[in-house]
Amino acid sequence: MRRPHQVGLSAAAFAIVAVIAVGALSQGLQQSSPRLTGPTTPMENVQAPALADPVTDDVRKMRNYPEQPPVIPHSITGYQLSLNTNRCLECHRRQFTEASGAPMISVTHFMDRDFQVLADVAPRRYFCLQCHVPQTEARPLVDNSFVDMTKTGGGN
Amino acid sequence: MQALKRLLGRLWLLVSRPATHLSLGFLALGGFLGGVIFWGGFNTALEVTNTETFCISCHEMRDNVYQELTRTVHFTNRSGVRATCPDCHVPHAWTDKIARKMQASKEVWGTIFGTIDTRQEFLAHRLELAQHEWARLKSNDSLECRNCHSAVAMDFSRQTTRAVEIHSRYLVSGERTCIDCHKGIAHELPDMTGIAPGWVTPLELRGEALPGDNR
Repeated sequence: MRRPHQVGLSAAAFAIVAVIAVGALSQGLQQSSPRLTGPTTPMENVQAPALADPVTDDVRKMRNYPEQPPVIPHSITGYQLSLNTNRCLECHRRQFTEASGAPMISVTHFMDRDFQVLADVAPRRYFCLQCHVPQTEARPLVDNSFVDMTKTGGGN
Repeated sequence: MQALKRLLGRLWLLVSRPATHLSLGFLALGGFLGGVIFWGGFNTALEVTNTETFCISCHEMRDNVYQELTRTVHFTNRSGVRATCPDCHVPHAWTDKIARKMQASKEVWGTIFGTIDTRQEFLAHRLELAQHEWARLKSNDSLECRNCHSAVAMDFSRQTTRAVEIHSRYLVSGERTCIDCHKGIAHELPDMTGIAPGWVTPLELRGEALPGDNR
């Protein structure tokens, strides 16, 4: 039969081992997933990663889910989008799509917030880049586990 | 009036009589040298006014249009070629350059009398100023753009499909010129309400509307 102080000792030893093990494990986890909050030592100067090339192949991309704002498959470098002017609408406005061949802005974009249909793009939809964005070849920092619903057996 | 007539008559006598003290050689050589110095000085002065440093020595250029240029591809890009103010705003050929310089005397007037002293005044004038430049580039078929960018030298296989389509349809055919679509390439645009995109057929060229055509 063990004396009480021996039990206390072994318990303490177990606790130390457990702490070390958990520490090592979390260290391992930290190494396997990238830091998303800047350099390990805060305030350190880090070199910015190189800019990824934009995707400009003009091929329309399938939406990942029906409500996804379509992404921009062409270069928009230097396009002015301000209170003064909107370069996107120079091709995507309804009146210009026949000659430009660009897709027309969605009909939902003619509705103001009271669901009143206007003749032209509603002010709340004017700043295209709020939702529609160009893509780059950048690799995501964290892998995306998104699965298309049709791939889960819900459709074809 | 009488006095003026007498003065003009004396002047005429002075220049029409042969020189009595100066030799023909001195007059001819002196005239030649004087001409060289005048012409050289004139052209040097002209070239000085044709630099970016001169342009942005005025605050209305430095604080407004120049700041906007610094954010565009014509100021900084991957190959390090830079277009400065006169590259786009002053014609290279001599006669055209002199004509433009004479027009620019209006800008000297504006500077002296402070037509554009504040940002607000600049913004108020922006549309008018932009329209002058659009009209100038439209009428000379975007000459200043083409000093560097020529349609012949464009490698369409290196452009995106969209650019190739638009350039072959509008630029190569001569139907449109650079400035029609590339307005605001080096500066911010004014309020463009009511200004149709460059590739749209201008109203004056559309002809009569057919019945039922509500464009």
